[in-house]
Amino acid sequence: MSSGFASIHAGPVPAVPPRASVTGRTMLATVALAVVFGLAARVVELRPLELVRDVGNVGVFLKGYLHPSFGNIGEYAWQCVVTLCIALWGTVLALLVSVPLGLLGARNLSPHPVVYFAARRVMDVLRAVNEFVFALMFVTAVGLGPFAGMLALGIHTGGILGKLLSETIEAVDPGQVEGVAAVGAGRLQVIAFGVAPQVLPNFLSYVLLRFESDIRSASVIGMVGGGGIGFYLWDTIRSFKDGEAATVILLIVVLVMCIDVVSARVRRAAI
Amino acid sequence: MVADRSPVVTLDGVAKIFPGKAAPALDDLSATIEPGQFVAVIGKSGAGKTTLLRCLSRAMFVTRGVIRFDQTDLAGLRGAALRAHRTRVGMIYQQFNLVRRLPVVDNVLIGRLGRLSGWARWAALARHFDHEQRGIAFRCLDHVGMLDRVWQRTDTLSGGEQQRVAIAKILAQEPTVVLADEPVASLDLSNGRLVMQTLRRVASAVGITVIATLHHVELARSYADRIFGLKAGRLVFDGTPSQLTDAALFEIFGEFVTEPGRPEGERLGELARS
Repeated sequence: MSSGFASIHAGPVPAVPPRASVTGRTMLATVALAVVFGLAARVVELRPLELVRDVGNVGVFLKGYLHPSFGNIGEYAWQCVVTLCIALWGTVLALLVSVPLGLLGARNLSPHPVVYFAARRVMDVLRAVNEFVFALMFVTAVGLGPFAGMLALGIHTGGILGKLLSETIEAVDPGQVEGVAAVGAGRLQVIAFGVAPQVLPNFLSYVLLRFESDIRSASVIGMVGGGGIGFYLWDTIRSFKDGEAATVILLIVVLVMCIDVVSARVRRAAI
Repeated sequence: MVADRSPVVTLDGVAKIFPGKAAPALDDLSATIEPGQFVAVIGKSGAGKTTLLRCLSRAMFVTRGVIRFDQTDLAGLRGAALRAHRTRVGMIYQQFNLVRRLPVVDNVLIGRLGRLSGWARWAALARHFDHEQRGIAFRCLDHVGMLDRVWQRTDTLSGGEQQRVAIAKILAQEPTVVLADEPVASLDLSNGRLVMQTLRRVASAVGITVIATLHHVELARSYADRIFGLKAGRLVFDGTPSQLTDAALFEIFGEFVTEPGRPEGERLGELARS
């Protein structure tokens, strides 16, 4: 117990190779971050003291919301159903958009670098342009209503899911893909057998996540004429019908909660 | 069935030089391999075993010389012709390369993908295979003794079992040549022997040619008809197992690897650890 270890633990410490010093770079990075956040605080007009002093005003504003009025609840509830339907079909459209874009935009599957580049840039545009902007655009084509909202959500979410899909594909185990390609399988066969089984669980999880967030987006997209509960949210707040607005917000919260519970169940069952 | 004795694989002055490397990975290799032969390629790490197999599978191009499969020059293969060639060449990998999340039967059916045509080819994209194709897969699995695992997810199998599924996949694929890159290097001794036995039995039964790189000299001796010894990219030994003397092994490995009196398991264990 003693002598064997002691001969190693005791005795002179050997010459240790020098470790590269990182203190200079760490300090520089700290200062740089502090400057960035400091400037950003000025830009967002960060004034915490004012918030503490005048927080009571929020209470005055919220007072009206303490008494929800349920006179129109039937109509609001129906608009929640419309919102749900917008998100459902928006997700279907997103799948139709994202699967081809994601396949072409994955470096290890794309038939040509030019195709890869083009697919990536298309997805960038779909992601960069907000769904509200798409909604305004589609309203001019198909008129006010849920159809425009569904198109806007689907296109925008298609860009997001396409990027997630392409990155999931780029992370697959190449050995399993090679094992399929080695039998002389064609490109589609390699995708169906070598790639799809590897990416499906992750992709399904992303689709569910985006569906949840599409519910939230769909609940406000009505503000710009995209149909659903968003129109009433906008209308009641703007016209100071605090009681009505409270009901609408309550319904949206309930809807989002329900979807969270359901999609958690689906995820557990499917993955 | 061995009427035609014209070589199935011909290597003619093959050299492979990787860019930026002075020493060639393969250096002036010439050999012909007859149908039905079981060839083991042995040599130290870095001797060019894997490079040779990757050139044979057309995963890479040779720098000089020609490789022919049944008179077809590999260098000219593109697109559909390359895919047709791959269907005729079965691959066995050290890491099995089966699709891990699919059931065993689907991995065997993947072996059929290159053999499908018309409607069956489209149906297969939805993982639908007809009665005949499924029958083939079941019989191939039965042949390697894995039929009881047919519906199991592939990643629940042990390494030895996965390699036997890979052999069943080869049987479904009906290739003329099998290239096996270190087929038992990630398996323990008994599983490695079982896989080699299965591969040997299957190759003899259907008359396919096998070219296998093997880390372990004793396995090469026990299962191969013919042994290639590679050293620094050159073919320094080409003969039968009985011709592989200690002097020949010294030439290939630069040291004595067969030490009489030591049990084989011990030595394989060493190789597995190295």
